[in-house]
Amino acid sequence: MSQQQQQNGVSHRGKVLTLDNMNPNVKRVEYAVRGPIFLRAVEIEKELREGVKKPFTEVLKANIGDAQAMGQKPLTFFRQVLALCSYPELMEDSKFPVDVKQRAQRILSACGGHSIGAYSSSQGIECIRQDVARYIETRDGGTPSSPDNIFLSTGASDAIVTMLKLLMSGEGHDRTGVMIPIPQYPLYSAALADLGGVQINYYLNEDKCWALDIAELRRAISAARQNCSPRVLCIINPGNPTGQVQTRQCIEDVIRFAKEERLFLLADEVYQGNVYSEGSEFHSFKKVLFEMGPEYSSTVELASFHSTSKCYMGECGFRGGYMEVINLDPMVKAQLLKLVSVRLCPPVPGQALLDLVVNPPQPDEPSHATFMKEKTEVLAALAEKARLTEQTFNTVPGITCNPVQGAMYTFPRITIPQKAIDKAKELGQIPDMYYCMRLLNEEGICLVPGSGFGQREGTFHFRMTILPPTEKLKIVLQRIREFHLRFTQEFS
Amino acid sequence: MSASRMQLLSPRSLLLLSRGRIEMGAQRPGSGPGVRSLTSPPLYPSSPGRALSSLSATRRGLPQEKMSENGVVSRPKVLTIDTMNPTVKKVEYAVRGPIVQRAVELERELSEGMKKPFAEVIKANIGDAHAMGQQPITFFRQVLALCSYPELLNDSTFPEDAKNRARRILQSCGGNSMGSYSASQGINSVREDVARYIERRDGGVPCDPDDIYLTTGASDGIVTMLKLLVCGEGSSCTGVMISIPQYPLYSAALAELGAVQINYYLNEENCWSLDINELQRSLDEAREYCNPRALCIINPGNPTGQVQSRECIEDVIRFAAKERLFLLADEVYQDNVYADGCQFHSFKKVLFEMGPEYANTVELVSFHSTSKCYMGECGFRGGYMEIINMDDEVKAQLSKLVSVRLCSPVPGQALMDLVVNPPQPGEPSYDNFIKERTATLSALEEKAKLTEQVLNTVHGISCNPVQGAMYSFPRITIPEKAIKEAEDIGQQPDMFYCMKMLEETGICLVPGSGFGQKEGTYHFRMTILPPKDKLEILLNKVKEFHQKFTLQYS
Repeated sequence: MSQQQQQNGVSHRGKVLTLDNMNPNVKRVEYAVRGPIFLRAVEIEKELREGVKKPFTEVLKANIGDAQAMGQKPLTFFRQVLALCSYPELMEDSKFPVDVKQRAQRILSACGGHSIGAYSSSQGIECIRQDVARYIETRDGGTPSSPDNIFLSTGASDAIVTMLKLLMSGEGHDRTGVMIPIPQYPLYSAALADLGGVQINYYLNEDKCWALDIAELRRAISAARQNCSPRVLCIINPGNPTGQVQTRQCIEDVIRFAKEERLFLLADEVYQGNVYSEGSEFHSFKKVLFEMGPEYSSTVELASFHSTSKCYMGECGFRGGYMEVINLDPMVKAQLLKLVSVRLCPPVPGQALLDLVVNPPQPDEPSHATFMKEKTEVLAALAEKARLTEQTFNTVPGITCNPVQGAMYTFPRITIPQKAIDKAKELGQIPDMYYCMRLLNEEGICLVPGSGFGQREGTFHFRMTILPPTEKLKIVLQRIREFHLRFTQEFS
Repeated sequence: MSASRMQLLSPRSLLLLSRGRIEMGAQRPGSGPGVRSLTSPPLYPSSPGRALSSLSATRRGLPQEKMSENGVVSRPKVLTIDTMNPTVKKVEYAVRGPIVQRAVELERELSEGMKKPFAEVIKANIGDAHAMGQQPITFFRQVLALCSYPELLNDSTFPEDAKNRARRILQSCGGNSMGSYSASQGINSVREDVARYIERRDGGVPCDPDDIYLTTGASDGIVTMLKLLVCGEGSSCTGVMISIPQYPLYSAALAELGAVQINYYLNEENCWSLDINELQRSLDEAREYCNPRALCIINPGNPTGQVQSRECIEDVIRFAAKERLFLLADEVYQDNVYADGCQFHSFKKVLFEMGPEYANTVELVSFHSTSKCYMGECGFRGGYMEIINMDDEVKAQLSKLVSVRLCSPVPGQALMDLVVNPPQPGEPSYDNFIKERTATLSALEEKAKLTEQVLNTVHGISCNPVQGAMYSFPRITIPEKAIKEAEDIGQQPDMFYCMKMLEETGICLVPGSGFGQKEGTYHFRMTILPPKDKLEILLNKVKEFHQKFTLQYS
């Protein structure tokens, strides 16, 4: 094209916006969950559609916790209410149960002009925030929650980035440092790169089922104080990608640590409904904080995040979510409110869905039985798949896998032969990226290399979601096993 | 690639560096806030503008007292107004600013039975069509209901075209469900439909679905593009030209991103038209202190309602080419054109009609949304942007950046699809769709004229024709005495005016100062969306208020 321009006598000129003069922070952003492996998977899908011959007939995208893409059915009650909210003429339809109609009516009454097409208040629809507060109180055994402290969001990601943004300040040595677990969910590293924050890594203990160790937190913060001002500690519980469920004791220790070191706590609790292991239980940071007494509950600043995308719902596409802020300075809260108002409001269908999640059918309502059946089925299947995954991987020489106590992923450690590491280096690839790319090209299975989440130097992992239906999951696990053995053989 | 490589030294080297300073580090109380706690015993020094409810103050106070009894020293927060992100503090967004907050309070007071000189608050501050009673398009909502609860596909009450559209959308969703994440750029088939829509709209100018990004409302796309453009420090910091008056998303985004806002003034005397000499003036001045790289245009104009002529768009494109500016065209009101002789011309179309010299070089991004036009579906946060002539490497960075947020809301994407691919002649829903769309657009046209006419009958209010969009931005004369009184209480005169109007009439408008205006002039923005009978009452109340206000301060 530029040649043609020159022929036409138009001088060729550089773009206004190029890689060299674009926002340097954006260039540093990495998000492996939808990185090179995923992009190649999309390409392969296209090649398959165009009739290119491959050793497999479909690509299985186990890179992301996308339940309904894996065949999980949405909860009937949720979708019935959303249909009525979308097209209120259906209120006349006798097919819909009364509780569905009541819930839809209640949501619509809280919308401007009784339409989910109106903007909501920027903090989120008030009656939904009330329902969220009641949900939290019930979940936390009566610990009070105020709707004024609830902010509805566009998925949890939106709220996490917003809170990190508020916390950014200072330059050089005074720049805000944020402690994140390694392995981490790469939203955190991406947001910190984008915002120019300093990422402080603390390592989870793989040998102790990815437990969080306070000594390691101390090591990380002491080291980081040399080059930044640590102000924030992020916790993901249940863990993503590592699937551990924090003990109550460990949460207490973290809260004490945060108070002692003057850190703002961000608790990513989007997998709060996904706990499978016997003896494991979800404890919210809020609840533990309040049970530790006023010395903690009236001082430690905490934001907790939840979403409609995970748990038994798996409604990722609606981008529903909320955060609860505790002990946030009122002036900062006013700034937060102002900041979210610029984007007007989170998507209202997602807000409606969140309302149903926090206020599901009650035992005396007509939809209750079906709702409970559907919910229990999803969670029971997930628990079974969590066990199946752990068991199968641990039979493969060269793969070791912690129990999937919660969340939706396994993050097994893989042994990559030295020759394969050398080969990867030759190609300029990180060894686990090379491994995952080969797996994708040979078996049509799309995983995310451990390097995308961070891992101890010299160790290699991948993240795989446990969401595929059990029969399919068995096949996938079998094919990964075969690939791993073949790969190991090839490079030994 | 590796996340661990970014930003940080390896943990090992950090550990090495830290030897010997661990003690110091552990004792460090956090410099700024630590000092403050010594000088100001109460946690929250009183400060103007801090609207702390008495309830939460009590709630906070109690445990603190207990703490001191227990001998625990009170300490300031980790995150305070002094230690928070300074760029966020600079953000202002008047459309949901103090006036709206007061309006919400008044609504609550009314619902609690308090006596007011009005029975309801009318929120004319924002272009929120459904909140003002506009009915959604039946076809859109039928398809969305089918997509939400696909069991309805067996229901004979829904027309075939609605079912076909729903099936097509669901087939492009993972697991045939709107509950799956979509591709981060947006569902393929929706982007294809957007591209075909743009081609039809622009008389056949080609459009590639790869250049379409679905967004969470237009705001999301605008902020993302501005973010890409921001770089440099001091006098090489990116400058972005925005119109004054502007839609305050732009100033808010620039404040947050730390970019330099370059104001160019629209010509109120010439129906808010854009003048190339004014662009040149503001650009030349800005080059002294920043690096101007982008030019934002809102057409049809918000808050000013002007519709740009084709000629003017050509001039702007030439200017952008000559001055090497990236063009951002905010075209969310593209269907909202009411004035005779006015027509919407997209920047894309004009650019391509200017020949390859421009069509192959000028970098442009254009924004659209489901929130405005005849749809008014604000709550779904649907939108798209089309990028033209963007550098391939930058485009890859853009795709990476949007992937971090996973995807825009899928119901909004589905709705966007219906907007760009509405019922066709011959389909069962066509007649009703056209009827509903025409009714909305002709009512808007009538209300645009009515607003202009009524406001221009008021002495001290002068109003340009509302050629397009959804707002009137009349100029108001505020008496000197009122200006003084406003200054005495530290308010902008038009904020003072709007706040008084709200308290006395229940009408919620946005003061012109929230959008920017020439010094010494005052305006307000009012949406024309209320139903006609209500709009008439509203305009009369504005008229009466203005007369009373003028009398009071003369």
